[in-house]
Amino acid sequence: MRKVAIYGKGGIGKSTTTQNTVAGLAEMGRKVMVVGCDPKADSTRLLLGGLAQKSVLDTLREEGEDVELDDIRKPSYGGSWSVESGGPEPGVGCAGRGIITSINMLESLGAYEESEGLDYAFYDVLGDVVCGGFAMPIRDGKAEEIYIVCSGEMMAMYAANNICKGIMKYAQSGAVRLGGLICNSRNVDNEKEMIEELARKLGTQMIYFVPRDNDVQRAEINRKTVIEWNGECDQANEYRGLAKAIDDNDMFVIPEPLEIEELEQLLLDFGLLEA
Amino acid sequence: MGNAETLVQWEPNDIKEKLLRKYPPKVARKRARQIMINEALENTTPEIVANVRTIPGIITMRGCTYAGCKGVIMGPTSDIVNLVHGPVGCSFYAWLTRRNQTDAGIKGEDNFMPYAFTTDMQDSDIIFGGEQKLEAAIQEVYELFHPKGIAVFATCPVGLIGDDIHAVARKMKEKFGDCNVFAFSCEGYKGVSQSAGHHIANNQVFTHLVGTSETERSDRYKINLLGEYNIGGDGFEIDRILQKCGITNIATFSGNSSYEQFATANQADLSCVMCHRSINYVADMLETKYGIPWIKVNFIGAKSTAKSLRKIAQYFGEQELIDRVETVIAEEMAAVETAQLEVVPRTTGKTAMLFVGGSRAHHYQDLFAELEMKTISAGYEFAHRDDYEGRQVIPNLKVDADSRNIEEIQVEADPELYRPRKSAAELAALEEAGLKFKEYEGLNPQMEEGTLVIDDLNQYEAEKLVELMKPDLFCAGIKEKYSIQKTGVPMKQLHSYDSGGPYAGFKGAVNFYAEIDRLVNSKVWSYMKAPWQENPELSATYVWE
Repeated sequence: MRKVAIYGKGGIGKSTTTQNTVAGLAEMGRKVMVVGCDPKADSTRLLLGGLAQKSVLDTLREEGEDVELDDIRKPSYGGSWSVESGGPEPGVGCAGRGIITSINMLESLGAYEESEGLDYAFYDVLGDVVCGGFAMPIRDGKAEEIYIVCSGEMMAMYAANNICKGIMKYAQSGAVRLGGLICNSRNVDNEKEMIEELARKLGTQMIYFVPRDNDVQRAEINRKTVIEWNGECDQANEYRGLAKAIDDNDMFVIPEPLEIEELEQLLLDFGLLEA
Repeated sequence: MGNAETLVQWEPNDIKEKLLRKYPPKVARKRARQIMINEALENTTPEIVANVRTIPGIITMRGCTYAGCKGVIMGPTSDIVNLVHGPVGCSFYAWLTRRNQTDAGIKGEDNFMPYAFTTDMQDSDIIFGGEQKLEAAIQEVYELFHPKGIAVFATCPVGLIGDDIHAVARKMKEKFGDCNVFAFSCEGYKGVSQSAGHHIANNQVFTHLVGTSETERSDRYKINLLGEYNIGGDGFEIDRILQKCGITNIATFSGNSSYEQFATANQADLSCVMCHRSINYVADMLETKYGIPWIKVNFIGAKSTAKSLRKIAQYFGEQELIDRVETVIAEEMAAVETAQLEVVPRTTGKTAMLFVGGSRAHHYQDLFAELEMKTISAGYEFAHRDDYEGRQVIPNLKVDADSRNIEEIQVEADPELYRPRKSAAELAALEEAGLKFKEYEGLNPQMEEGTLVIDDLNQYEAEKLVELMKPDLFCAGIKEKYSIQKTGVPMKQLHSYDSGGPYAGFKGAVNFYAEIDRLVNSKVWSYMKAPWQENPELSATYVWE
């Protein structure tokens, strides 16, 4: 089983990209479980067709210790499984501790056992790794490959670089590696070249360039992944391409994060600031 | 500063150098400022660094902020429910471990000392926030016991997840109407030491309790006793003596205390401060808000007890009281002197080290002096510079980030309850006659020249100090007890008194003489080495030697 975590700046499109990619993998016949690690519990909406599902932590709270795997894991698009970790409402408690508890619960219930026949486990993690709890998926070998969703915007690249620092820290003591950058295009000038260059400097690759297309929004309004909503459209093929790129990927590295000056120079070199 | 006579067989600079030798340079520099050699200087007291964070990695003797708030200050109150918001251990291990005693049963009033109250936070309370559970716990306490007051204490996780315990307390107080609910932001990590917890506790007691009762206290010679925690029954002995003298202690902060005592403390005519460190600011606030002057007292040591009683009598200034105090002293001292005569031949010249509290390391030197024992090294766990050097340094104390972290409450004269107990002229006359108000000269001036004053002593330095200076007795707390005993030196706990006490007042002094005699003259310490370590029956060498 390959254990994949998706990180990236808040609002960059992690959940959308993850679910569309999972749809692509499912179409290829892969068995995937998606674990949403965001207290808002909105990481699996498209795969579940809009069904709100009870989160691991809600279930734990209501059922106590007497929890079954089927209480927290729902069948979703193309034979995949969807799990939402959940967490407290904004402003109270400790969401990070919630992620830790919920991943431990999944493990102890055997969600990752070989008998489950999973090809992939995907962790979709909240935008900013604000505390140790949100780093849980990359600790202790929970996730072994990381993909960072980014765009050609300064803050997205800055966040990607920061996440690489976290990966480097845990890579030295464990098996976690960076699998590549996924460019979720914002139609910035020279975006593809710039992200390719950033990836090169980080010692990794831009594994796929996902163009911007309003079909993504159209599918979302219909509570579906693009592949499910309209499998014939161009964007569906792009996600199939990303799914295949990940499925074929064999480049896993310990990233070398950039100094901030280096990062700014990159933006200068690619002409963003001239406009 | 110090007596001219010196007792030193060792060179203090040498001891200091050896204590610091093992530290990395930066740590050694920092620790050097907390290790002071008591030297006579022209009218100045040498400066010591105190109340600063312990360097990580050092096994300190200090406690946490929560321990200072819940354990020390609020722990001894009998009829206020102390509800700890946190994991169960924080409540259980801070429950009755200080041996603060209470006689609430005799008074027929509520006594919640036998209970440990906690919200018992679980993983899910951390994740989703614990406010609802706290609310439910307060409700449950109210329904079960209908106490006059419920005090809520924050533990570390509560501070990390940001539960608003004060809002919950306000809501529940309003809901009940007849139960005072108030909370303490005393998360363990909050301050440099337990001292921060004392401050947080006292501020809330002052804000939420003092002056809230309508009951009029009409007794004569009313005093408050501040900073006396009734360890091993000290407070009982002090109260016995005060009663015998005709002095009414209307409120002890907080040994054997009750809700009503705190609530009527504003009616006292004099505040007597025992432990300067933990409560001097309350004495100041009582004076500012209600007009009650304060003096420093010490009931540890028979002579100090007599002196303190005389100071109180002098304050009230009535011959009847002055005479009665003298009669009591004369009566009580007879037994003390007999006990002293019996023990002193065996204790004279013995040496002691005291590393405890924020006042005890000072107060207990009086008892050792009565035993003609020398204190060769002493220091506090959680004191500030004024407790070492005297209150005159207070204006010069640096306010650092750690002090700013603790709320400083501003009080002014209460429009209705403020009543100056003495006129300015009367106070000046008393000062003239030798009764000093708001004065504490600190520990350093009492100690002899060449002795070592060490702030925030730690495990390593304690063992090293014992090895180098070989005292006859070491006094500290439970954490130090067994490591010191393993070095072959008797050890007396002055936090909880082991299983002994009281040691305050006249009867306490007699108890202490007997206890110290037993400890420093015991033969058991000479048997520390097994016979075969001293005289091996067989000796051999390896063939290759």
